[in-house]
Amino acid sequence: MLRFKQYGIAYLFLAPSLIGLLVFILYPIVDSLYLSFTKWDGLTPIKWIGLDNYRDLLTDDTFKISLINNLYYTAVTVPITIALSILLALVMNVKVRGIKTFRVLYFFPNITASIAVGIIWAAMFTQYGPINTILRFFGASNPPSWLASTSLALPAVMMVSIWKSVGYNAVILFAGLQGVPRQLYEAAELDGAGRFKRFLHVTLPGLSPVIFFSVVTGVIGSFQVFDTVMAMTQGGPGRSTNVLVYYIYNSAFQNYHFGAASAMSYVLFVIILIVTLIQLRVQKRWVTY
Amino acid sequence: MEMAAGEGVNKTIGFGGKQVLRTTLTYILLLIVCIVTVLPFVWMLSGSLKNQATIFQHSMQLIPTQPLWSNYSDVWSKIPFGTFYLNTIKVSVLSTAGSLISASLAAYAFAKLKFPGSSKLFLLYLATMMIPGQAIMIPQFSIMKHLDLVNTHWALILLHLFSPYGVFLLRQFFIQLPHDLNESARIDGCSEFGIFFRIVLPLAKPALVTLGIFSLLGSWNDFLQPLIYLSNEKLYTIQMGIRYFQQLNGADYPLILAATTMSLVPIILIYLFAQRFFIEGIAVTGIKG
Repeated sequence: MLRFKQYGIAYLFLAPSLIGLLVFILYPIVDSLYLSFTKWDGLTPIKWIGLDNYRDLLTDDTFKISLINNLYYTAVTVPITIALSILLALVMNVKVRGIKTFRVLYFFPNITASIAVGIIWAAMFTQYGPINTILRFFGASNPPSWLASTSLALPAVMMVSIWKSVGYNAVILFAGLQGVPRQLYEAAELDGAGRFKRFLHVTLPGLSPVIFFSVVTGVIGSFQVFDTVMAMTQGGPGRSTNVLVYYIYNSAFQNYHFGAASAMSYVLFVIILIVTLIQLRVQKRWVTY
Repeated sequence: MEMAAGEGVNKTIGFGGKQVLRTTLTYILLLIVCIVTVLPFVWMLSGSLKNQATIFQHSMQLIPTQPLWSNYSDVWSKIPFGTFYLNTIKVSVLSTAGSLISASLAAYAFAKLKFPGSSKLFLLYLATMMIPGQAIMIPQFSIMKHLDLVNTHWALILLHLFSPYGVFLLRQFFIQLPHDLNESARIDGCSEFGIFFRIVLPLAKPALVTLGIFSLLGSWNDFLQPLIYLSNEKLYTIQMGIRYFQQLNGADYPLILAATTMSLVPIILIYLFAQRFFIEGIAVTGIKG
């Protein structure tokens, strides 16, 4: 009897969170799958149409472009972000006066809202903005108007994402550096390993779990990019900066194609799941614990 | 750069020329990164005090010859900034308080209480952390529509209330607290709720503060959810407010930058006040800010 009372109390503690989880996360996961097999505009009754939404995606050009843009975005931003973050983490680990102030400043872009960051950079990327002023200073006679160019708008958005996330990843990697055992460096030094070799054979393997974490969260985040695109380009010019979440948002909340948008969100979910599972599998080859 | 970097070996013995050179180079590097990080914000501030004609004419002149403070009051006369602040404060404070309560209760159950299905449920919480929010936003919207909460702040607050990540983070913290504390309190006749409120919560202050700050930051900076749920201008949050202002004022960059600057002020203040928690919290938990 006492035991049941105990269980009851435990479930009481759990209840607020569990109800929220069931209603606002678990049920929507199932419902989203159901909606993806339907045609629904939010007003008229929901109509079951089987696999049609998914079939339509195969021939939907905008979806294809968004997916390719997103893959390109991920393939470029994640590796560059991680590489720069490792460099920055190494710099942050140097013991000089005032280093704490530098760390505080480096982290700054990450706490500011993406929408604000996007607005600032959109202004900076205009034809006569500071980016082009700097380029002219270094001799570019005719710098482009970035966000109006179908080939440069996406790279501009990617630059902003990299700029925003390097500080965050560097802080995590910096914390990881503290955990690399000092004896390993001493042993490597005794073996005559130079700085570069020590970095390659001690620092990198020691950091690999943290790097892995950064890669996984970086990939997940890059498939969810939205705010920056909204503030900088709204998917344009043309469809050159259209990404998945932007297209899902437009289909659902601008054009009221809730069924089709649900199918796209499920595809997004499955992509993230697959990429994450692949990474979990591959990590055994390069992550050392 | 791999130098002191990562090696954790502090080579500050002696003041030879080589040491001075190395320190100088380190500072140059630190400063370059600092400039790249901070310049966009400085440029924003500077641009917000210029006028349409001068902002791009001398786009790298960081100190405007005649600072145009009226830009700031102009923003206030064009949009109800005060209302946007109050809306954001309401949404962020309520959702942060709610998520701290629901997450700490559930975390306590998982960490300190025994009940059937405990480990399976916890695994479920972990699994849902992988679901991208965008994959479930359409069913969430339809739930809110059924509850008649679209175009209210409650929709945003409810969606922020249940954070599987918060449960996970706090559980990790609670589990480290010595079990004897609970036992002796129980023998003294203290109820489970009493133990939770009087013993566990006070001890968990650092973890609660970390989670609180990130939750606050998350809802303060959120853009997509308000965009989906709020169509009444009076209900806009600050992120929607600046985006709305950007749309209204197209190319009036000084005004847009003044609005953006104002949207960042509260977050910058919170950050400077609590940066220790931000950086340590991020480093320890890897929460995405």
